[in-house]
Amino acid sequence: MPGGRERELRRRIGSIQSTKKITRAMELIAATRVVKAMQRANAARPYARLITSVIEDLAAGGAEVDHPLLRQADEIRNVGFIIITGDRGLAGAYNTSVIRTAERQVMAHTSEGKGYSLCCVGRKSASYFRFRNYRIDNAMSGFSDNPSYDDARRIAETVSESFLVEAVDQVELIYTEFVSMGTQRVVVRRFLPLVDTEMMAREGSGTGREGSFEFEPSPEAVLEALLPRYTEARLYGALLDAAASEHASRQRAMKAATDNAEELITKLSRAMNQARQDAITTEIMEIVGGAEALGGGDATNADIALASMLAGTDASDLVPAGGHTA
Amino acid sequence: MAVELDVELVSPEEVTYSGSAEMVIVRTVEEGDIAFQAGHVPFLGVLAPWSVDVLRPGGERDTFAVHRGFVEVSHNKVTILSDVSEAADEIDLTRAETARQRASEALAADAEDVEAAAALERAELRLRVAAA
Repeated sequence: MPGGRERELRRRIGSIQSTKKITRAMELIAATRVVKAMQRANAARPYARLITSVIEDLAAGGAEVDHPLLRQADEIRNVGFIIITGDRGLAGAYNTSVIRTAERQVMAHTSEGKGYSLCCVGRKSASYFRFRNYRIDNAMSGFSDNPSYDDARRIAETVSESFLVEAVDQVELIYTEFVSMGTQRVVVRRFLPLVDTEMMAREGSGTGREGSFEFEPSPEAVLEALLPRYTEARLYGALLDAAASEHASRQRAMKAATDNAEELITKLSRAMNQARQDAITTEIMEIVGGAEALGGGDATNADIALASMLAGTDASDLVPAGGHTA
Repeated sequence: MAVELDVELVSPEEVTYSGSAEMVIVRTVEEGDIAFQAGHVPFLGVLAPWSVDVLRPGGERDTFAVHRGFVEVSHNKVTILSDVSEAADEIDLTRAETARQRASEALAADAEDVEAAAALERAELRLRVAAA
């Protein structure tokens, strides 16, 4: 049916165009959000750096404590996982790559006969693991694109609690580290037990300052008050990194989607134009055929007209050369 | 002119305050108030829920309510790390007042209520800092 294909293509182009508008808008939103998320991550850095440097000072001051958060279990029976993903999709491979890494980690530990305990942060990881019948002990969501320190504190408290009551002997933190706009990578970090103070100090900036400190009340007491804050600050840093990564991934994914939509539109427009041209050609042929039938006789003339039409040239060019002499 | 201290109040979200001061007065958990001036030996302490006073070179005074945190002093730099702190002018007086009433009522009903006691302490600190 002439015209039918054209109409169908036109409809498809229209639908792709509106999809493109949506993806373009999401791209722009993600672009502004990623800048904000990066600023937040940068603003939070002084606190994390200072708290590490305080630990450094404590290490230099020779603080030795037997804090429960430093408990190294003789035998690891249960491993906890904090899995940080986004609440929403359409962010490329962002959520899937975290989830895949997490699932591999869980498998690796369960195959060694250890138990697991999941703490899913973000709706995506929770729904994935729930669908696959994993046992989820904690699920928190609703703040993945804009985490606050209170969120970090809530998670850190819940997880530390299960560590302190020895429900888990080790906790791994799985999130996406924001390296730069172009690079984000999924990392697995030991969250608990905290490594000893020298290790923490080395993990930090490494700006060892001299001078012996006075401690009040005592190095041990300071460290004891400090360790919970340290876990919160680490978790907060991870949440901020994850948020920035999520926005960066979404921006990239939406840019790719917009580009693809554009390409599709170009392709379909070509197809549509051709379909229209075909329809026109068919119509002309019908008209010529009709005129031919009505006029009768002069068959060669009609043949030439038809041939020239198909060849895309002007019929008058062909007429003198043809056998139209009789 | 006397050497001044650099003061920074840092929360997990951002650096909330930075400036110079002649003296900084804080209260640590056990041993009462302590004031720092330039040239103080390196010091590291756990803060009690109390006010932090920053005496500015011009004679002005900035007061903060710090509900918990740490103070680190080294090389004429005072850093206060706190995840719960407010500047005096950020405090909502009416809210603090209602919180105080609610907490004292809860405490009157149940003297063992630890949360209410902490809330009362916080509200009183806010009111005290805001009044100063």
